[in-house]
Amino acid sequence: MTSPPRNPTLLRRPGLVVGTAGLLAVLVLAVLGPWVWGDQAAQLSDSTRAAPGADHWLGTDALGRDVLARTLTATRLTLQTTALATALAASVGLLLGGTIWLSGPRVRTAGLRIIDVLVAYPALILSLLVAAVVGPGPTASVLAVGVAGSPAFARLTANLAGSVAARDYVTSARMLGVPKHRLFLRHMLPNMAEPLLVLVSVAFGTILVTLSGLSFLGLGAQPPHFDWGSLLSEGLRELHTNPSQALGPALAIVLTGTCAGLVGDAVAAGADARSSGVRVLARSTDETSAPAAGTGADSGAGVLGVRSLTVSDAFGTRLVDGVSFDVGPGEIVGVVGESGSGKTLTAMAVARLLPTGLRTSAEVMRLGDLDLHGRPEARRLALDLGVVFQDPLSSLNPALRMGTQLTEVLRTHARATPQEAHERVRRSLVRMRVADPDELMRSYPHQLSGGMRQRAMIAAALAAAPKLIIADEPTTALDMTVQADVLRLLREAGRGGETAVLLISHDIAVVSSVCDRALVMYSGRVVESLDTSALRGGEAAHPYTRALLSATPAAALALAPTGGGAPPDRLATIPGRPPRPGLRPAGCAFAPRCSHALDLCHDSVPAPVGTGTGTAACFAPVTAPHDNAPEDAR
Amino acid sequence: MSPLSTARARPGRIWARFLLRRLLGLGAVLVVLVTATFLILQLVPGDPARAAISVDASPEEVAAMRHSLGLDRPLAEQFASYVGGLLTGDLGTSFQTGEAVSRIIATRLPFTAQLAVFSVLVALLIAVPAGVVVAVACRGGRRRPLDTAFTTTASVVGCTPEYIAGTLLVLLFAVTLGWLPAAGAATPASLLLPVAAIALSPAAALARIVRRETAVVLEEDYLRTARAKRLGGWALYARHTLPNLLTSTLTMGGLLLAGLMGGTVIVESVFAWPGLGSRVVQAILVRDFPVIQGIVLVIGLMAAVINLLVDVCLGVLDPRTLTGKTEEASSS
Amino acid sequence: MTATESDRTARPALLRAEGVTVGYGSRSVAVPVLRSVDLELRHGRTLGLVGESGSGKSTLARTLVGLLRPSAGRVLHEGRDLASADRGEVAALRRSVQLIPQDPYASLNPRMTVGAAIAEAVDPRRASLRRHRSEVERWLGLVALDPDAADRHPHAFSGGQRQRIAVARALAARPRVVIADEITSALDCSVQAEVLNVLADLRAELDLTMLFISHDLSVVRLVSDDVAVLYLGRVVERGEVHEVLGQAPAHPYTRLLLDSVPDGRELPRPSEAAAEPLTPHRAVPRG
Repeated sequence: MTSPPRNPTLLRRPGLVVGTAGLLAVLVLAVLGPWVWGDQAAQLSDSTRAAPGADHWLGTDALGRDVLARTLTATRLTLQTTALATALAASVGLLLGGTIWLSGPRVRTAGLRIIDVLVAYPALILSLLVAAVVGPGPTASVLAVGVAGSPAFARLTANLAGSVAARDYVTSARMLGVPKHRLFLRHMLPNMAEPLLVLVSVAFGTILVTLSGLSFLGLGAQPPHFDWGSLLSEGLRELHTNPSQALGPALAIVLTGTCAGLVGDAVAAGADARSSGVRVLARSTDETSAPAAGTGADSGAGVLGVRSLTVSDAFGTRLVDGVSFDVGPGEIVGVVGESGSGKTLTAMAVARLLPTGLRTSAEVMRLGDLDLHGRPEARRLALDLGVVFQDPLSSLNPALRMGTQLTEVLRTHARATPQEAHERVRRSLVRMRVADPDELMRSYPHQLSGGMRQRAMIAAALAAAPKLIIADEPTTALDMTVQADVLRLLREAGRGGETAVLLISHDIAVVSSVCDRALVMYSGRVVESLDTSALRGGEAAHPYTRALLSATPAAALALAPTGGGAPPDRLATIPGRPPRPGLRPAGCAFAPRCSHALDLCHDSVPAPVGTGTGTAACFAPVTAPHDNAPEDAR
Repeated sequence: MSPLSTARARPGRIWARFLLRRLLGLGAVLVVLVTATFLILQLVPGDPARAAISVDASPEEVAAMRHSLGLDRPLAEQFASYVGGLLTGDLGTSFQTGEAVSRIIATRLPFTAQLAVFSVLVALLIAVPAGVVVAVACRGGRRRPLDTAFTTTASVVGCTPEYIAGTLLVLLFAVTLGWLPAAGAATPASLLLPVAAIALSPAAALARIVRRETAVVLEEDYLRTARAKRLGGWALYARHTLPNLLTSTLTMGGLLLAGLMGGTVIVESVFAWPGLGSRVVQAILVRDFPVIQGIVLVIGLMAAVINLLVDVCLGVLDPRTLTGKTEEASSS
Repeated sequence: MTATESDRTARPALLRAEGVTVGYGSRSVAVPVLRSVDLELRHGRTLGLVGESGSGKSTLARTLVGLLRPSAGRVLHEGRDLASADRGEVAALRRSVQLIPQDPYASLNPRMTVGAAIAEAVDPRRASLRRHRSEVERWLGLVALDPDAADRHPHAFSGGQRQRIAVARALAARPRVVIADEITSALDCSVQAEVLNVLADLRAELDLTMLFISHDLSVVRLVSDDVAVLYLGRVVERGEVHEVLGQAPAHPYTRLLLDSVPDGRELPRPSEAAAEPLTPHRAVPRG
């Protein structure tokens, strides 16, 4: 859980550099333009409507004035009016939005509705309306465009204030008794500034375009003053005789608008990356390397056989590092580990559902007789392997009815008619104890409760009678009582037939309650594989498994010597943090945090050895019964 | 009791409630528009009657003008007669030409509607496929050059206002190549350039929205579920991606499409298109108030109707939007 | 750890809810989230509040700290009703009850250094990190963080560290009552253990009274003296933790909850489990 760097280097944000540079250049032109080219712009000459040439790069207009000089001179007036109108829009909008947010709920709702209508109303027409009232002229057009632009600011301000004020840190500060002005200045404003800044730069672009549009129509700058818009409309009149005359102002408007847009995009992108913590992968490859030399390695007679599975990111860092395991027919195997242990990546690599940018390699990876390397046949993959995801709401398509989604695999891959598919899913739902399957299949996902959605997901996975179901944290988003139901049903499904289950969970208590066997993962490796009966009996051999058990309240309570009566005063903690995948130590990844570690542990990676109840990748496996003593007293 | 019962109502009733609410909203917009257009005359600094006729008119002429405009009556009475006029289809007569405003609108509305409808269609037909294709092709940081080219082009075109696009298009296709007429509405071909001029900039902006929203949808959990079903590309993108994409796109793009009405006003002036837009600009320049009022009202209504249609489309695509509040969704 | 009956009732109630009813929505169509809840937080004790999503746990927490107004009933802070207290008193009473929110990624202002956030809790009116540096560092030490953490922004910390910072900030206001709302549910279990241990140490050291809200019965059993079970907005059972969550749960819902805990023992065979237990199948917004 690390955040991305706060300020990505400028080179990674070319838009910001180009945009800012462009705007600065325009600003310099605005200051210097009239001084340097002002006289030339006003100077009449005999060479009227001249084509572009060495004397006049963009030619001359109907009165023989240099078009380039006029365009450059017009920068100041254009920029002045645009800046003024933007400032007007922003300040009126901020004031309006703030007032709306501060007023009572009823006024707020009504105000927001009206603002919505105003935002939807074309700004240009709103400007025309104001221009109609005040009459043509630069003041009128600035006023018009400023007023027309303010609803957007008002809406953003009101919405932002509403959302920021509801955030936990503002609530916390209020409860601490932080005075109102401080609350606004220190907690709200800094967190509202970025989106408002984005809107300012975007609005600058649109206002420039609209203002120029008004001038273009003859409603803005009036002769003898001129801005880019009025120059453009002069140019349009001469389009047939000297086309280049329109080019200068047109380019000026487009480029300045684009620069403002670029700055806005860059600021928004920066804010996005920071708030969501999304890491964009530089280069991506999505491929599974072909079987390595050791294809012949024995992988048992199980349903799923995996040998030396490695998942690495685009920079070659091994996120999953040489994982091997088997799942037998009808067996329920749990993969347990903390966040970052690679358990989900392992499961998704097997399911061939890794996000783009990650690379998989394995000596053996097969499901029954289906080789999971390369490009396994989609039809077999879909029918032999069912997947159940963590959040049943976000994993279901909100726009499709449940029935459509649940029967999709059967209809697409098992060549079932819609009726057959419906009937098979129906039967499967009944197995999942859904009381009214037809009603469920008519519903949209958002109309169902979380438990029902997850039952439906499992039912759909089971309907095709797959060899294996991979369930990735299937109950983490559910309530405790619902979780118990879903886990029971999942186990029943596994026990009932030939379908094996690979259950991924962060909760060692869930795994030991439901599964036949547990794989404990730490820092991208399987550190222990053991029967859950041994786990329940406190016979884990790897120090990490033991530490995990002692740190888990449910397991710690169950394993307490008094049998769950008096709870222990403190939970055991594990000193330090798991290593980042790129910084994994040379030896056992857990060694730096392990109280049993030998010198050897820091130097070489232990291979799995038999422990009687399974295997443990440890040089110094623990054999004494679990005494629940804190591993570390800190 | 069914365990699924999560306070469900019949779809028909949900739709009825939704349409009722939206129609009420449309009514509110109408009230605001009528009031605003009525107030134009009241807010004009100085004397609108004087503004309406020439500067050197005699006081008697101005008084006569005031009387004919009804400006010498109390405000409430003026408003009542304005609304009454609207209800009977009487929008007044043009100061400039003496033509009935309702006639002006009747003859010019079809031209503007034609432009608007075609522009919306063209914008959508360019933006949606372009955005989706680029997003799918560049998923997860692939094909950087294509991504950069798309973003740059879309930024520049998106910042090219319709009047500049119009000017450049005329320059290229009418002046230089001479393929298409530069102005007027004489032939079907003369529709091409104005529509292109109006649609280009919103299409680019919309394409960027579509591209961004597609990228978001492609990373959604439900798309991972769809991939887990090993669906083919068509089912994956057409059935699972497109509907969800269109909801978010329409939510944000709706404003853009309504704003397109603004574009028609300017483009009509560039191309001398005989629609409402060119007429209203002309009216503003000579301060022909009855015409301004009537046309602004109609264009506003058109924008509101486009908004309503967008919301109805949203409701069809994503039934959640029918009941929920869309405020969070539309704050960008 | 187990207090005698007389000891339990002799302690003064620092925070008390009497018949608290809260509904969301407008007055005419209000959906009651809490129905006539009575609760009592006695000095030096920790009350665990257990319930599933939609039970009204978070609503109760927000009502107790005064962020929501009950539509019926009242909340008494040391015997005084917030609704009838005068302005100065309200501020003091509010400060005396602090809420630690659930999400460690939302509870700290991303634009404020950790030190500034804690300094603000020490002195909300004229806070500055420079003036309160030593005090801030002491609090950071109490939650097992380095003093130089004060100068960093929240994004530099992991979820568990952030949650400890949130604990430090809440405690720096010197509250008499702390309400912890699901503070470990977003954390990995070894990190959860760290936060729980820090909380246990601070309780002993600062003589804290605490309301510990969680959906996780095992965690509640570990940290609480008393427990109340919330189901669909009502307190269905309350008592000392070893009674309610131990040998003698009285209410069937409590029993169902206890049966649902995956406590490392094998789940009962499916045939023994009820086909459709009384799960609240309602679309209630989480939180």
